Parts: sequence; structure tokens; C-alpha cells
Amino acid sequence: MTAALPVLIVLTSLVPACVTFFLAQDSHRLRNGLNLSGAVLKLALIVWMLFAVAGGASYEATLPLAPGLVILLRVDALALLFISLSAALWFATTIYAIAYFGKKAELSRFFGFFSLCVAATTGLALSGSLISFFIFFELLTLSTWPLVAHKQDKPSLAAARAYLAYALPGSAALLWAIIWLESATGPVLFTDPPDLSVLEPGALRAIFALFIIGVGVKAALVPLHGWLPAAMAAPAPVSALLHAVAVVKAGAFGVVRVIYDVFGAGNVVALGVGWPLAVLASVTILWGSLRALQQDEIKKRLAYSTVSQVSYIILGAALASPLAMIGGLVHLIHQGLMKITLFFCAGIYDERAGVKKITGLNGMGRRLPWTSVCFSLGAMGMIGLPPMAGFVSKFYLGLGGLQAGAPWVLGVLAASTLLNAAYFLPLLYRLWVLPAPEDAKGDERAPGLVVPAVVTAAASLGVGLLAASPISPLSWATLIVTREYGP
Amino acid sequence: MSALVAVLTLPLVAALGVFVVPARLRVPMALASAAMITGAALALCVTVARGGPVMLMAGGWAPPIGIALRADGLAAALIIMTALVMGAVTCAAWFEASPARAGPRMAFGFWPLMLLLWGALNAVYLSRDLFNLYVGLELISLAAVALAALSGTAQAFAAALRYMIFALAGSLLYLAGVVLAYAAHGTLDIGLLTARTPAQGDALALGLMTAGLLAKTALFPFHVWLPPAHASAPAPASALLSALVPKASFLILMRLWFEAMPDLATPAALLALAVPGAAAVLWGGVLALVQKRLKLIIAYSTVAQLGYMFLVFPLAGGGGAAQPWAAGAWTGAVFHALSHGLAKAAMFLAAGIYIAAVGSDRLGDLRGLARALPMTGFAFALAAITLMGLPPSGGFTAKYLLMTSAFAAGQWPWALLLAGGGLLAAGYFYRPMVALFARDARVPLLRSIPRAWQSVPLVLAVLSIMLGLLSATPFDLLQVGRPPPASEGL
Repeated sequence: MTAALPVLIVLTSLVPACVTFFLAQDSHRLRNGLNLSGAVLKLALIVWMLFAVAGGASYEATLPLAPGLVILLRVDALALLFISLSAALWFATTIYAIAYFGKKAELSRFFGFFSLCVAATTGLALSGSLISFFIFFELLTLSTWPLVAHKQDKPSLAAARAYLAYALPGSAALLWAIIWLESATGPVLFTDPPDLSVLEPGALRAIFALFIIGVGVKAALVPLHGWLPAAMAAPAPVSALLHAVAVVKAGAFGVVRVIYDVFGAGNVVALGVGWPLAVLASVTILWGSLRALQQDEIKKRLAYSTVSQVSYIILGAALASPLAMIGGLVHLIHQGLMKITLFFCAGIYDERAGVKKITGLNGMGRRLPWTSVCFSLGAMGMIGLPPMAGFVSKFYLGLGGLQAGAPWVLGVLAASTLLNAAYFLPLLYRLWVLPAPEDAKGDERAPGLVVPAVVTAAASLGVGLLAASPISPLSWATLIVTREYGP
Repeated sequence: MSALVAVLTLPLVAALGVFVVPARLRVPMALASAAMITGAALALCVTVARGGPVMLMAGGWAPPIGIALRADGLAAALIIMTALVMGAVTCAAWFEASPARAGPRMAFGFWPLMLLLWGALNAVYLSRDLFNLYVGLELISLAAVALAALSGTAQAFAAALRYMIFALAGSLLYLAGVVLAYAAHGTLDIGLLTARTPAQGDALALGLMTAGLLAKTALFPFHVWLPPAHASAPAPASALLSALVPKASFLILMRLWFEAMPDLATPAALLALAVPGAAAVLWGGVLALVQKRLKLIIAYSTVAQLGYMFLVFPLAGGGGAAQPWAAGAWTGAVFHALSHGLAKAAMFLAAGIYIAAVGSDRLGDLRGLARALPMTGFAFALAAITLMGLPPSGGFTAKYLLMTSAFAAGQWPWALLLAGGGLLAAGYFYRPMVALFARDARVPLLRSIPRAWQSVPLVLAVLSIMLGLLSATPFDLLQVGRPPPASEGL
């Protein structure tokens, strides 16, 4: 059973994916039932494992390939943090996507790749060795491409091309880093940190840089972020997936793994590569926010906001102090919940009211009240107003910055908060204060779209309000840091 | 032992048989013999994997009087890969030629030539005698040139003629080298040559044989014959020419350098083998980027992919016998040969389906075909993943082993080439993928393509992926009877 569990949890997404590809386009019920039951089963397994892992259990499954190549799936606390987010949001996004697409064409292809993408993310989260991490990382790249290209029109294909143009050189860099490191130290398992003393510090710094380039493309670190705003051409459920469930998160998660399980926080500080990464993350945070200010398309503004917000996670990991790390890890969850809410709402504005631009939001609060409340909650969380989730992340990151002896982080956080307010508050002003134009249309008679948004918005409020409770993401992040990376 | 004899003789007997039997029995007989040979190949593989290399002394005479045949892990792996590709090609050719639309040349000529090629390939994989290898090479060239000319167009004849000139020149060079080796040592047996007392003319002999084999393997700059020949042949024949034929001459190169005369491998010689390989990866990749026809893209990709295999010469050994992946580069090169064979055959067979469906392989005419023929599009995509070297595929395992050896040997520029070659491959396969998956009006198909035919390239492509996903078994098979320089370096 202990070996079967990690495999089983990948299969809950992989099996629906493989079966869905072969379903006829019009067998909607079977397809929806299959994907939803996979998601429910996965959630149940995760809840069960959360309790077991909190009690100290860990599960492992290996598949040997050639010598030195081992696919190792291992459930640890950090992996669970990520997959519980992706599984919960996969469930919500599936419901949303079913309502969003209705009976449009090519749905078997869409849901097949969608589930495959989630399976790859799950495998990536559970990977216990560098090479299995890489294998799932690539699988994620490949399974996302058809989703970005889903509409098959010119902008979508251009976005998909841009995605590959960034992602493939990124994975080449990642593979380069992995092989360089492993050719000196032997295969790297996350439980068993490699002996880095066999390599020169210069070589180690170069390897670290290659690692960061490799995973940084997916995490949209400036200047590797160009594909993410371009990918806005994709349908709303894909945006939700890219920004909250899978892709960007996989990059940020990769940074955490590289710092804490491959190099070790101590080595990162000793090599002097932590602070340049922290500076790069800070630049990304500010640059993303500045660019977000200039966008007048809702989804583009949200995309640049993601560029900025995901780097909080990287900042927390790079500072390498316990509190900063808690802040970074918990932001993995918080950002996911808030951002998926915002994208769900952006999709609803587009689908139900035909509004893509910010100017179209005037007076929307009265016509689409539920959606607008959710949007406002997500935006306020992003700004970091207490008691929303974003506040908790920023609070810990700030404390962590002080703990790491980097008080300038407070300045970055303050500037970023101001910028967040500057690009989100005008939207709220338009939603609730400005009058609607005469010919305004739109309603929210689409429960499949609105209910997921309401649920995720409530969750993002809940994790902030109940941050001190033992079942909150904050408690779990604290458990990870104190138990596995503690001094 | 009997399986070894069977994989050698069955194809030759069947090649004669399809000549004699009445026309309506030709295809059933080809199919039945393909199944039997594949069965024998499987049996041979199992024997080698369980009991070690299988030796056969022809007539009971040991070398130098008799001729030795030996199935080691390397030979067994190539034999099973050949059997899988041949089996798939047989099925695809059966589907393609079943209506009377294919000309008499295709309907009549294809089957004996294919079986002859199969027998000759197996003979080359198993032979331990340099002259025997020469005979095998000539038979391969004979069958391959005829297959390239099979479509009967002026273009195909011109390409086949060019191919023949290169093949003949290559044979002559190889034969000259064999003569020199025989004059110096009085034997042509690979095992005996390993233990020879080095003579003055050895370097020249090895150089001549190598040059001849390079021309036949189409290594840059001898590649000019390959793209037109592979692109103008009928698709099932292209699959054989691209996936299998160059592997035979490459195998002889491996036998010569790793088994017969490893003592001649100076760093300069190894570099001289690898540099054209590197040039092939880059030049083939760049030319594949600018082609407008699908089959030409696939053919130029073959030029590029063959280049990777030559990196084995400087990388073998990797300077780390203590590492778990000793023999990594050697095994990686063979993995590359295997996965390239499966994936490239899948691609050409997919191209054959597209040509049958729309009558052209221009990228512009293929737009939107993924919707009409989804299984074929999927097969093409999977094969492309293998050839790009993305995980989890056989191509990735090969690339991983080669790259690791490059770092372990302190020769990281080769690793850079491997990474760059993968990106180039992504670039040149992206264009046909975009054309296939474009959202265009449904193209009316010239003929309906049964699902069974569509599944043939898909099976091959999935096999090339499985080679990476289940790489432990083939890895172990390849280690059976591997020559010592594979792990210790040249």
C-alpha cells in the first residue's frame, strides 16, 4: 500500500487523461463523469495522506530505468502542500471548464491534455529524484502546448509558439544543470542531499544559475516571463491552469526544491547565490507590477500580476531564513487561490457580459454581483489587506527578510503593495462606483461558472482568517519548515 | 542457436519464395514470413538475454578456417528493432498496396526486396568476419538502391543512381581496407584481429574501411545522396532506408573500432570521426528547417540524427568506470540507433498515410489533417518527441547517457551539441506539427484510411517512447557481451 499510493495518486489524473483522448466528441456525460470522479478520488486520497504524513508517514515508489535513471515518487510534506493545491483547484477548474465550454468542439482533446497536465504536475510534485523531476517537468511542457493552442486561431498559435520558444531552451538549461551536477555527484535524490564538495564553487554557481534559468522560465522570472502574458490568448480555464494549478507553480516549486533539497539552504548562502536570486525576485515583483499598471485588458493585467506574485515564493525561498520560507510556501497556496478566483471572474465577465477591457467593468457590480464580490475579494487579497490570505504571506515574508538580515525586503514589499493597490483599486472603483453605460448587458445565470469562483474566493478569505488554526496552509508550511528544513 | 539460423535464412528463403508463388499468395506469404522472422528474432533476444552471447561456427569450423557468427546483446537488440520496423512496414505496405492503385513495380518488387534487405541486415548484425560483412553490405546496397528507385519516376531514378555511386565507392574503399588487413594478418575474423600483432598498414586498412562505411552511413559530408533517395522512394521503402540501412554500416564501424582494432584509436582519429558527426547534427538540422516537403524534412532529420551516433567515439568510457553508467556513451549511442529506427520508421509511415490521403506531402497541403487522421497526427507527434530527445522516450535515455558521459569525460562541448541538436529538432518538427494541427477547412481525402493502417505508425511511435520508459531491460540486454573498450574507453 505504501508503494502503491504515490502511483495511485498520479493515476487518478493519468487514467482519465488517457481514456478521454479516445472518447467521442459528443459523449459529454462520460467524459465529465470520468474527469470529475478522478478529481474527487484524488482529493480523497490527499486528505487521507495529509493526516498520515502529519503523523510522520512517508510513501515511496520507484521505477528503475537505465542505471542512474530512477523514477522515484515520494510523498513528503512539501509535495503534499503542492498537490493538495493543484488537486483542489483541478476539481474547481474542471467544473468551471465544463460549464465554460458547454458543447463546443474538440473537448475530448482539451480534457485529455488538461488531465495529462495535472498528472504531470502531480508527478513533478511527488518526484523524489532530480531526473524524475525533469521527466515530469518536460511532460508538463508538452501537455500544456495543445491547451495554449486550443482555439487554433492565429493569436493562440503564436502564444503556443512563444511558450515552446521559452520552455524548450529552459528545459535544455535544466537538463544541462542536472547532468553537470550528477556527472560529478552521482544521481541526486531529494532525501539524500548530494556531496557538493566535489565541485568547485565556480562550477556550483554556474550549475545553480542553470537550474534557476531552467525552472525560472516556468516561474516567469524576469526576463524569462515573456510567454506568460502572451498565453492570454488561451481560453479562461487554461489561464487558470497556467497561473494557479500547474505551470507557473511548478516553476516556483522547482526553485524551492533546488534551493532546499538539491543545494541546501546553507550551501546557497555560503555560495553567495541566495541574495542575487532574491534581488532578481524583487526586480520581478516590481517589474511585473509596473507592467500590470499599463495593461488595459483584464487578463493581461492579471497575467503581469502573476509574474509579480509568483516571485514572492521565490523571494521567500531565496532569503533562506525559516520565516521567509514559511511566507514563500504559504504564498504558493494563497496566490493560487486568489489568482484562480480572479481568472474565473475574468472568464465570467468575458463569457456572460462580453467584457475584456478594463473600461467595460463600469458598474458591473450591480449586474454581476456574485462575480464582482469574488473579484473584489481576490483583488484585496492580492493587495495584501488584512485579514486576507495575501496579508499573511507578506507578513511572514517581511519578518523573514528581517530574520535573514535583509531589511530592504520590507521596502520591496511596501512598494509592491502600493503598486498592487494602484492596479487593482481602480478596477474595484469601476465595478462598484462608476455608473454602467446605457447599453450594458450581462447576467450570471451560469452556476457552473459562478459557484467555483465563489468557492475559491471563500477559500482565499478562509485561509487568511483561519491562518492560526491547525489545518490551515500556514500551519502546514510551518510544519514543513520546522520538521524538514529546520536548523 | 536455431533462432540464430532462422533469422538469417528465413528472410532469404522468403525473398525467393515471394518470387515463385502466384501473385495472390505474395502478400499473405510476406506477412506470414514476417511474423515467423519476428518470432525467431524474439526467441534469439530471449536466449541472449538469459544465456549470454550465442556463437555459431559455420560448418563446425572455428576461425580462421571457418566463419563465425555471433549474437551478442548489440546484435540481438538491432535484430529485434529491425524485426519490429520490418513487421510494421509489411503491414503498412499491405494496406497501402492493397487496392490495385499501386503500379506493378511496387506490387511485385517491394516484397522480395524488403525480405532480401531483412536477411542482409541480419547477416551484417551477426557476422564476425570482415569479408562476410562486405557481402552483407553489398546485398544491403543492392536491395536499398532498388527500393529507392521503386516508384519509377525520373526523380527517383536520378536519386537512386546517385545513391548507387556513393554506395559503390563506399564498397570499394571498404574492400580495399579488407584486402590490406588480410594481407597483413592472414585472417578477417574480428575476434582474431583483436589479438593480432599490430602491423604497419593497419592504420591505412582501418582508415579505408572507415571511409567506405562513412559514405554508406551518409555521414556529413557524404550525406548528399540521402535526402533525395529517401524522399523519392515510396513511404514504406523510405522507412526501411532511413530507419535501418544506415544502422548496418554504423554497426560495422562500432565492430571495427571497439572490437577489431581498438588499439588504433588515437584522440585525433576519434575527433576526426566525431567532428563530421557534429557538423551533420547542425547542417542536417538547418537544412531540415527550410524544407517545404514533409518527407524531405524527415530525411534531413535522418542526416542530423545519424550524426549523434558518431559522438560515441570520443565519449566512450567517459573516464568514470566507477560510475553506475560505465559504458554509458556506448550504450547511449546504441539506444539512439534503436529509438531513431523506431521513431523514424513511424514518421515515414505516417508520411505515407498523408500522401495516400491527400496525394502530396507539401506542408501547405497537409494543413488541418490532424483532425481527419488523429491517430496518425498523434503518432507523428510521439515520434517527434523521441527524435527531439524529450523524456520519457528512448531518445531521451540515449541523450542522457551521452551527455552524462560527456561531462564525466570532461568534454562538455559535446553535451552542448546534444542540447543544441535537440532544440534544432524541436524547430524543424514544429513546422509540420503546426501545419497538421492548423484549423483549416476539412480537406477531402482521396481515399479512406482504415484505423488499422493508422495504428501501424502509432505502434512504432509508442514503442520508441516505451524504450525510454522501460529502459532497464534493453539496457541490460546491450551489456551482454559488450566489448571492453565500451566501458574503458578507446
